[in-house]
Amino acid sequence: MQKVYSKILQIVGDVITVEAEGIGNQELAEVTTSRGKTLAQVIRLDENKVYLQVFAGSRGVSTGDKIRFLGHRMRVSFSDNLMGRIFDGSGMPRDNGPSLAENLIEIGGPSVNPAKRIIPKRMVRTGIPMIDVFNSLVISQKLPIFSIAGEPYNEVLARIAMQAEVDVIILGGLGLKYDDFLYFRDTLEEHGALSNSIFFVHTASDPTVECVMVPDMCLTVAEQLAINGKDVLVLLSDMTNFADSLKEIAITMEQIPSNRGYPGDLYSQLAVRYEKAVDFSDAGSITILAVTTMPGDDVTHPVPDNTGYITEGQLYLRNGRIEPFGSLSRLKQQVNAKTREDHRTVMDTMIQLYSDFNGAKEKLAMGFETTGWDKKLLKYGEMFEERMMSLKVNMPLEKALDLGWEIMAECFEPEETGIKTEMVEKFWPKKEAETREVEEEVEQEGPTTVEELGSLENNFEGK
Amino acid sequence: MSKREGRISGINGNMITVNFDDFVLQNEVAYALTGDEHLKSEVIRVRGKKAELQVYEGTEGLKVGDKVEFSGELLVVELGPGLLTQVYDGLQNPLPLVAEKCGFFLKRGVYLSALSDTEEWEFTPAIEAGASVKAGDVLGTVPEGIFKHSIMVPFAMRDEYKVVKVAKEGSYTIKETIAEVKDSKGEIQKITMVQSWPVKIPITAYTEKLKPAEPIITKVRIIDTLVPIAKGGTYCIPGPFGAGKTVLQQLTSRHAEVDIVIIAACGERAGEVVETLREFPELTDPRTGKSLMERTIIICNTSSMPVAARESSVYTAVTLAEYYRQMGLNVLLLPDSTSRWAQAMREMSGRLEEIPGEEAFPAYLESRIASFYERAGVVRLNNGKIGSITIGGTISPAGGNFEEPVTQATLKVVGAFLGLSRERSDARKYPSIDPLDSWSKYKSCVDEKQVEYARKILIRSTEVGQMMKVVGEEGTSLDDFIDYLKGQFVDEVYLQQNAFDEVDGATPAERQRYVFNVLHYILEAKFQFENKEETRHFFQQLRQDFRNWNSDPWQSAEFKKREDLLKSKIEESTGRIKG
Repeated sequence: MQKVYSKILQIVGDVITVEAEGIGNQELAEVTTSRGKTLAQVIRLDENKVYLQVFAGSRGVSTGDKIRFLGHRMRVSFSDNLMGRIFDGSGMPRDNGPSLAENLIEIGGPSVNPAKRIIPKRMVRTGIPMIDVFNSLVISQKLPIFSIAGEPYNEVLARIAMQAEVDVIILGGLGLKYDDFLYFRDTLEEHGALSNSIFFVHTASDPTVECVMVPDMCLTVAEQLAINGKDVLVLLSDMTNFADSLKEIAITMEQIPSNRGYPGDLYSQLAVRYEKAVDFSDAGSITILAVTTMPGDDVTHPVPDNTGYITEGQLYLRNGRIEPFGSLSRLKQQVNAKTREDHRTVMDTMIQLYSDFNGAKEKLAMGFETTGWDKKLLKYGEMFEERMMSLKVNMPLEKALDLGWEIMAECFEPEETGIKTEMVEKFWPKKEAETREVEEEVEQEGPTTVEELGSLENNFEGK
Repeated sequence: MSKREGRISGINGNMITVNFDDFVLQNEVAYALTGDEHLKSEVIRVRGKKAELQVYEGTEGLKVGDKVEFSGELLVVELGPGLLTQVYDGLQNPLPLVAEKCGFFLKRGVYLSALSDTEEWEFTPAIEAGASVKAGDVLGTVPEGIFKHSIMVPFAMRDEYKVVKVAKEGSYTIKETIAEVKDSKGEIQKITMVQSWPVKIPITAYTEKLKPAEPIITKVRIIDTLVPIAKGGTYCIPGPFGAGKTVLQQLTSRHAEVDIVIIAACGERAGEVVETLREFPELTDPRTGKSLMERTIIICNTSSMPVAARESSVYTAVTLAEYYRQMGLNVLLLPDSTSRWAQAMREMSGRLEEIPGEEAFPAYLESRIASFYERAGVVRLNNGKIGSITIGGTISPAGGNFEEPVTQATLKVVGAFLGLSRERSDARKYPSIDPLDSWSKYKSCVDEKQVEYARKILIRSTEVGQMMKVVGEEGTSLDDFIDYLKGQFVDEVYLQQNAFDEVDGATPAERQRYVFNVLHYILEAKFQFENKEETRHFFQQLRQDFRNWNSDPWQSAEFKKREDLLKSKIEESTGRIKG
């Protein structure tokens, strides 16, 4: 038997205060208003005053409305019936399917014991050379895409989701534009991936409070799947909206803000979610790819800044390309030694040369003299941008590595790249033959002197 | 004796307000009871008959009116043999055992004892009946891995005591009495191998504190040579994300020439701890030939674990460090990162509705940071032995900007500042310690004069580099250009180090002195080149040779061969030295 309370003392923002007794922290309640029923969650207790955060917002809540406490925290149903379904931020169906009530699990459970984690060793192939070659994604990695509004970050997410060889894809939409939600749904459907996907989508027009629930919903389901041996990929777009919702609630609760209005526990709040990414010692895994839009393209803004300290690297998406500088996968070392023996060489050399290209470009822009070497770099840079950096490019890692050799061979002599002689002998393509079978051409023009590589001139600004 | 109790009257995040009748102690540990769970908490403020407590766990499900039991004890850790190789959370819960008991997840309210009750230790007495002892004096020893672990008179026993009885040589568990002593009032006290100590109070059972003088060799060249750290000293590593703070900590924890390393993973990624956790048992310590884990304790309160326990984790770590210091050992404590600890304080301060200081950090931030770092130091113990604690904390400044409260408060109290720079890490120059901004008050392991000279060259090189941005290479004089390349050379062949290279990754002190001497010779040389192209070519060649040399094993045949090659090349060029 549940008591119904109807004494609302205070309504501030989306938080209402009622007088009630025997209520547990974070318990759910159902508020019946003239607009219908909505859920609310206990966020603070003070004597017999209970502070509730109303999911649908407090607009239209009357001081005489009825509140029924449910005696449990926010829960999500977990079963095979979830597959292919679409829900909103409070777990209600957004498609035309039935609502689910079996095997309910409280969301936002405790942290994984670090002693139960293993060092991740499996690469996720995405078909995007800028990721596969230069910043390999690894199972159990948590990686945000730092971007700004207008960039095709959702397209990148959808593409990775389609290519990644995982068992289940979970999409968490946070303040997602309705168009983008439809885009995700249609793209996954087109590729036949919808049947092993689960959507929890909070769109931009939904109440703010529900936005805060979405990551926990997604990750709780993901955790259950992972325990059952599944490899799960969780996509979250856009986590900046999550942080903004937290800010809104914190301000309503009159918490002292720490930085640009964000609450002091922003780091912990983000970390609790991102740290759900895991590779279990004897079960499945959770990989998290998130979008963090940077207000004003400023990476020192509290949201991207705190995120960067939590996640295992970041990808910068700028001008429709994944930037080679600044982008970083902290886990790539765990996998890129075992893909192909030239992987690290190609990765290091191409980036180094691209950095030199930027130096040359700057020189050109400043009106300084360009040398023959600069011209080679300029040619290289353009080819690199067009044939590898472009998001249009879609090829497996091995092809991308071969392409890397091709581009370098078209622009430079082997000794100019600083690549070790044995690697050059094995992988450097022959000029006249356009064959891709690089492995065949073991012999070449004999060992080149490493000393002669007048190429690795450091650019002046170090950037 | 009935337990003192209270009732919850308010819940706000991880802070609860409790009404009590009797009395409470500030900072005493209490347990909030909900269902069959006991949630550990700590009294942090008392006002009238209301106490405010921070809960070391999630507070979901707690209700107003729930019972709270006060323990009368401050937050303590257990000290005794068996601490080494352990992985604890911030409250000294052994995580592998928790995993055995609870599976994949950390269940709240589960507190296991930090040390095994059943394991037996080979005790050898070091004292005889009749001797007089005081806190910290050694009663006997037990072997713990590679160390002789001293069993001491508990630090909390403040009297002078006469030893009545000492256990014979043999195997004992930590709960068995190994000595009986009589205090000045004639009362007998029993002593076991385990004692407890409140984490927030420093252990001071020593005779005097000494000045840190001896360097710790980390085998990271830029640290040992340019910004050295000292035994018993303190240092901090602030840096933006991705600059390599944690990698630097990991390298130091592997190579540093100290007896014991305590890693306090405070509010950072769990994945990084897992790397240490899984790799250390496989790695051998070159100094002992045993696994690196045998000299390591990991305190692991990662970012998703409860915030209040994060705050106490650095204190837990430093108390364990003090315990081993009392045995005359050199301990290195690596908290990563102290910013997360400061943020935990900020969260609590916000809940207490204290008047905020800068960036909402509490006003006592500075004094807390200062008193934490002050627990480092070299001390002379009662028996004349010397022990030390070195603290090297990382800082994660918001936006990578060092002008923020945590960095600034830390800089006031540390002896060395190893600032990491985004520019260097973006250019993949590792370790990304900024050679010009960073400083150290400790003594370098190489000749100070040579270091000074190299520093001057670096400064000059940076100046020329800046100038060249404006006037271009063609507008720079050849002499300036040579200085510029010399500075680049120092950076590229000496300050930068490849952590993945087996040899280059760890350079012993002797080798640093040797190599730096050669480097100094190159820096001092007055070259006379025809043009810039030739100059650049010369330095590029030299760089390649020097880097190859860095990868040759110390004192090996190749090392000698390459050195001769280098020297002949330098000699060749010195043939053209002016005058």
